[in-house]
Amino acid sequence: MASVALSEAEKVYIVHGVQEDLRVDGRGCEDYRCAEVETDVVSNTSGSARVKLGHTDILVGVKAEMGTPKLERPDEGYLEFFVDCSANATPEFEGRGGDDLGTEIANALYRIFNNRGSIDLTSLCISPREHCWILYVDVLLLECGGNLFDAISIAVKAALFNTSIPKVRVLEDEEGSKDIELSDDPYDCIRLNVENVPCIITLSKIGYRHVVDATLQEEACSLASLLVSVTSKGVLTCLRKVGKGSLDPESIFEMMETGKRVGKVLHASLQTILQKEENLGPKRQKVGFLG
Amino acid sequence: MAGLELLSDQGYRVDGRRAGELRKIQARMGVFAQADGSAYIEQGNTKALAVVYGPHEMRGSRSRALPDRALVNCQYSMATFSTGERKRRPHGDRKACEMGLQLRQTFEAAILTQLYPRSQIDIYVQVLQADGGNYAACVNAATLAVLDAGIPMRDFVCACSAGFVDGTALADLSHVEEAAGGPQVALALLPASGQLALLEMDARLHEDHLQQVLEAASQAARDVHALLDRVVRQHVREAALLLGD
Repeated sequence: MASVALSEAEKVYIVHGVQEDLRVDGRGCEDYRCAEVETDVVSNTSGSARVKLGHTDILVGVKAEMGTPKLERPDEGYLEFFVDCSANATPEFEGRGGDDLGTEIANALYRIFNNRGSIDLTSLCISPREHCWILYVDVLLLECGGNLFDAISIAVKAALFNTSIPKVRVLEDEEGSKDIELSDDPYDCIRLNVENVPCIITLSKIGYRHVVDATLQEEACSLASLLVSVTSKGVLTCLRKVGKGSLDPESIFEMMETGKRVGKVLHASLQTILQKEENLGPKRQKVGFLG
Repeated sequence: MAGLELLSDQGYRVDGRRAGELRKIQARMGVFAQADGSAYIEQGNTKALAVVYGPHEMRGSRSRALPDRALVNCQYSMATFSTGERKRRPHGDRKACEMGLQLRQTFEAAILTQLYPRSQIDIYVQVLQADGGNYAACVNAATLAVLDAGIPMRDFVCACSAGFVDGTALADLSHVEEAAGGPQVALALLPASGQLALLEMDARLHEDHLQQVLEAASQAARDVHALLDRVVRQHVREAALLLGD
């Protein structure tokens, strides 16, 4: 991750500011930075999204491929996550340098998204034990300006919302051999229901208080943070402490409450943006990286 | 090439272009704030990002440092979702290594490396969507990124590919035309001097036709130069306005 070197005085400035509920960029402790979300940016994927949160820039592509269901869940499809920390973000990620962080994020994503609670995995099944859709969710980290997990989860949710999987029918002839028929109409496709897909809220403990959506500088001042994944109804689905410091149990409950509150607002605004963009339909002028 | 007519009798290609016509190019400089230089380019449906860090102190082992000039370090990677079929690894495969090496040779020829002895310049390119001409798009994006970083170069480096079908040279091949398997020339040109920074040809082509294909590719690269030049001027004008000179 792009490293920032902060002097002692700079750290004190940030910590004191947070205690007064005023951060370096003028935000309060529970305010997010302005986020830009655009879906359908890479046309040869089933669904894609780009999220820019401050200096953090994430591109997610979802590709649907046909495969066989897992043995223990014969009537469900599944998701595969891959996080590429590209050298674009920082030269330290060159070669295999970003693999560790990539695996860490991918594992967090598996835990949060790949269960029946978040997505209806049975809708990804084509014929039990034989064919199902595998959704490859590939995250590309282009620039890193703090609060990676939140930005990635927003991008994944937006990309899943944008995903359309072609409709297929299973035809069976007299001898029992099965044939898969793809619909002729390219617009005849399944859309995923992302209502229960959670978003991650990272709460960084700075001094006695905690902040959401920390910048790189603030992350450098924070000893420990709490990742909570919250659904649109404010239900907490996953919890994880990260960082080298420690947290006392009381503050964890406070942070959970903040997480739920902030998460609900985040989901609501994300949903309105996605719906608005969806309503524009194919006439929408794509901006992508040119804007 | 059975089944697919790459060039119709009327002289149109599969996507409706004329033989020497480029795909639509759109580019932008200064996409990212943290890198020293960055650029994004779209050539038709091929989309590439380039980022430049440096010149900076040698990273990793200092023994690689060159006493008389800067080391140009390139990495080529393709997003896993960029191709029709999903890729398993974004970089590190043989193709990506080769592309990285070619980029390095191309830019060593263009950057005034002797101005920065014992230092390093990193160029990272990333293909976001692949639809033919990946190498060319990457070189063009990297040129803009190097310019954005303010690193002195001899000249722009403009790249373009060309193919040969039915006695006609086709400029700027798309994926469909590349996949058809005809001869293919990739070329990187320093337009002011007309020198070639890179030349590569796959498959077999009669020597008599080479001149024609090279001519088409160089003409296309010069067209690319005109477009990139416009992008750079536009960018500088906007930056000057922001500074409020």
